[in-house]
Amino acid sequence: MTSSKMLFGSALALVMASTGAMAQTEITWWHAMGGELGQKVEEIADGFNKTQSDFKVVPVYKGNYAETMTSAIAAFRAGEQPHIVQVFEVGTATMMAAKGAIYPVYKLMEDSGQDFDQSAFLPSVISYYVDDDGNLLSLPFNSSTPIVYYNKTAMEKAGLDTETLPKTWGEFGEAAKKIVSSGAAPCGFTTTWQSWIQLENFSAWHNTPFATQNNGYAGLDTELEINGELPVRHISDMAEWAKDGTFKYGGRQSNANPMFFSGECAINMASSASRAGVLANAKDFDVTYGMLPYYEDVDGAPQNSIIGGATLWVLQGHPEDQYKGVAEFFSYLSKPEVQADWHQSTGYLPITTAAYELSEKQGYYKENPGADLPIKQMTLNKPTPNSRGLRLGNFVQIRDVVNEELENVWSGSKTPQEALDAATERGNELLRRFEAAN
Amino acid sequence: MQTKRVVFRHTFLPYLLCLPQLAITLVFFIWPALQAIRQSMLQQDAFGLSTTFVGLANFRTLLRDPSYLSSVHVTIIFSVATAALAMSLALLFAVVADRVIRGTNTYRTVLIWPYAVAPAVAGVLWYFLFNPSIGIATYALAQLGIDFNPVISSTDALIMVVIAAAWKQVSYNFLFFLAGLQAIPNSVFEAAAIDGAGPMKRFWTIVLPLLSPTTFFLLVVNMVYAFFETFAIIHATTQGGPGQSTSILVYKVWRDGFVAQDLGGSAAQSVVLMTIVIALTVIQFRFVERRVEY
Repeated sequence: MTSSKMLFGSALALVMASTGAMAQTEITWWHAMGGELGQKVEEIADGFNKTQSDFKVVPVYKGNYAETMTSAIAAFRAGEQPHIVQVFEVGTATMMAAKGAIYPVYKLMEDSGQDFDQSAFLPSVISYYVDDDGNLLSLPFNSSTPIVYYNKTAMEKAGLDTETLPKTWGEFGEAAKKIVSSGAAPCGFTTTWQSWIQLENFSAWHNTPFATQNNGYAGLDTELEINGELPVRHISDMAEWAKDGTFKYGGRQSNANPMFFSGECAINMASSASRAGVLANAKDFDVTYGMLPYYEDVDGAPQNSIIGGATLWVLQGHPEDQYKGVAEFFSYLSKPEVQADWHQSTGYLPITTAAYELSEKQGYYKENPGADLPIKQMTLNKPTPNSRGLRLGNFVQIRDVVNEELENVWSGSKTPQEALDAATERGNELLRRFEAAN
Repeated sequence: MQTKRVVFRHTFLPYLLCLPQLAITLVFFIWPALQAIRQSMLQQDAFGLSTTFVGLANFRTLLRDPSYLSSVHVTIIFSVATAALAMSLALLFAVVADRVIRGTNTYRTVLIWPYAVAPAVAGVLWYFLFNPSIGIATYALAQLGIDFNPVISSTDALIMVVIAAAWKQVSYNFLFFLAGLQAIPNSVFEAAAIDGAGPMKRFWTIVLPLLSPTTFFLLVVNMVYAFFETFAIIHATTQGGPGQSTSILVYKVWRDGFVAQDLGGSAAQSVVLMTIVIALTVIQFRFVERRVEY
């Protein structure tokens, strides 16, 4: 359905472009939102197009995040770039480093005289995407943060309290163990996106650095610190739990989700944006939500979790007057009503305080208990240099390296210390390559 | 082998006739290959805003990188296993199908079927069968007391992708083996049978030697297939994991180039791969072409 719709949309765009009967300036927006999310994107563009007649935002679906970013870069090299491209958070350093290719959002808004108040945005969201002087470089669009999903039915069966959920890793491990030993489920917990949740967010949540130079914000000469005492302790705990089924590895990205849906694993750590998917798939049991666990003996834990998701980058190389349209569109996108609607229908976080308050006023969090948990977790404390985000070059590859090395732990071929040492060393090599190329 | 030579009187016409093919080769093969060689000596940021000539540094990095060397290792195991499995099964099927009297076409059609399946689909199919939570094959193996989990175990993952890759290639090999078998004159078998050679003896002393050109040809084709065309199978199933246990060379080229935007490093890997293909092609022309009767 989506593809036929898209086909129709592009055919329409082609016809309109070729007849030249159009006084509007087209603004192309390449995005990575497939399926229902893609339809929502079209809706947002339509909404903007109806508010004025000078510009027409045309969203184009370009595949997954990596494909969208790659296409945009290839298009830039060929001089055919879109005005706006959606880039996932790990691509941030690459985009930032391309100074001649990007049009920073704060500058765009300034140049086109848009009324743009950066302080209206949630600090934990935009801190990931600002430069050294605190200026916003790209506009956060869809952001999420990892939370814990509990199979309430299995928890009750195991005789666990579903009102006060485990807060610390100690309590969490006990609960997961009890689920297995009581026979409530064959597996205690699983995790999606292991690098993002078990190392990146883990570090921020415990207010410890993931990499030197303020997680890469202060310079390209950053080095990973994931072979430190705390991460090794955590991965060792998980490796220990993996032995008796307290923890079960379910694959990269979000491949572990089906294990939670099928009831095999009673607890799942996944993106807050998976909420709708979890509710749709968890047919035989009730779900409740909790914040990420922490080690209580670590100073400063819990701090705040960091985000994942994507932002909208503006690319250089178009006539000046067209950027006015981009700026107007960004203002529209940041409106509380638009943001609240996007947040409520997709499960992504609201990016402005106003959108959060509006959702609250509309009674959304009352009707959907737990939907505000990710926001609370993400804004638990003011972000520190350790918890504002990560800015690492070649981050896509670094995540692969982390995936590979952690898998060596789960399969038992390396000890946690060996694996994290290797991940650090290989990751640093990638960071040096990025430093040399930029 | 040719008995008649056709000689063009003009020098112009033969070139003209070759021109379309030459143009295609130039545009789609030679030019990209030269681009790859050029790119392999550059280090460039993703957007192409800054370019530095680094000579052979990309190759040095590559050959020093333990993960690249392990990828070479994985590729060799994967290719040899895939080719061996695909060819031995195909030969078995061809020998059996050759004897079938009734329903020949049905058997052959069914055996050729998997060839029409796209590699990604073939990968996903086996991925579902071997999925640790919902896979039928893993369930069956669990009943036998075997814990098969390609998500965690490197060996299991490699077995899974080899099966998926071989399954798809069996059909192709089957066609060639069947054609090869049918080209062996019946009189040879009859003579051997009269001399008292049993079916096994006939297979080892007649079928196998007479099929050797086909086998050698298929070996090269299968190796090339396993090296280059199995990308989609890997991508749709393990994505090179767990660890780097299924990260074959061609997958790494794509990953480093298109996902990671490291064009220089990726181009260097392409050049290495290109060298391997050239070597394989030379082998094919030197040794195989002469012996295969088309």
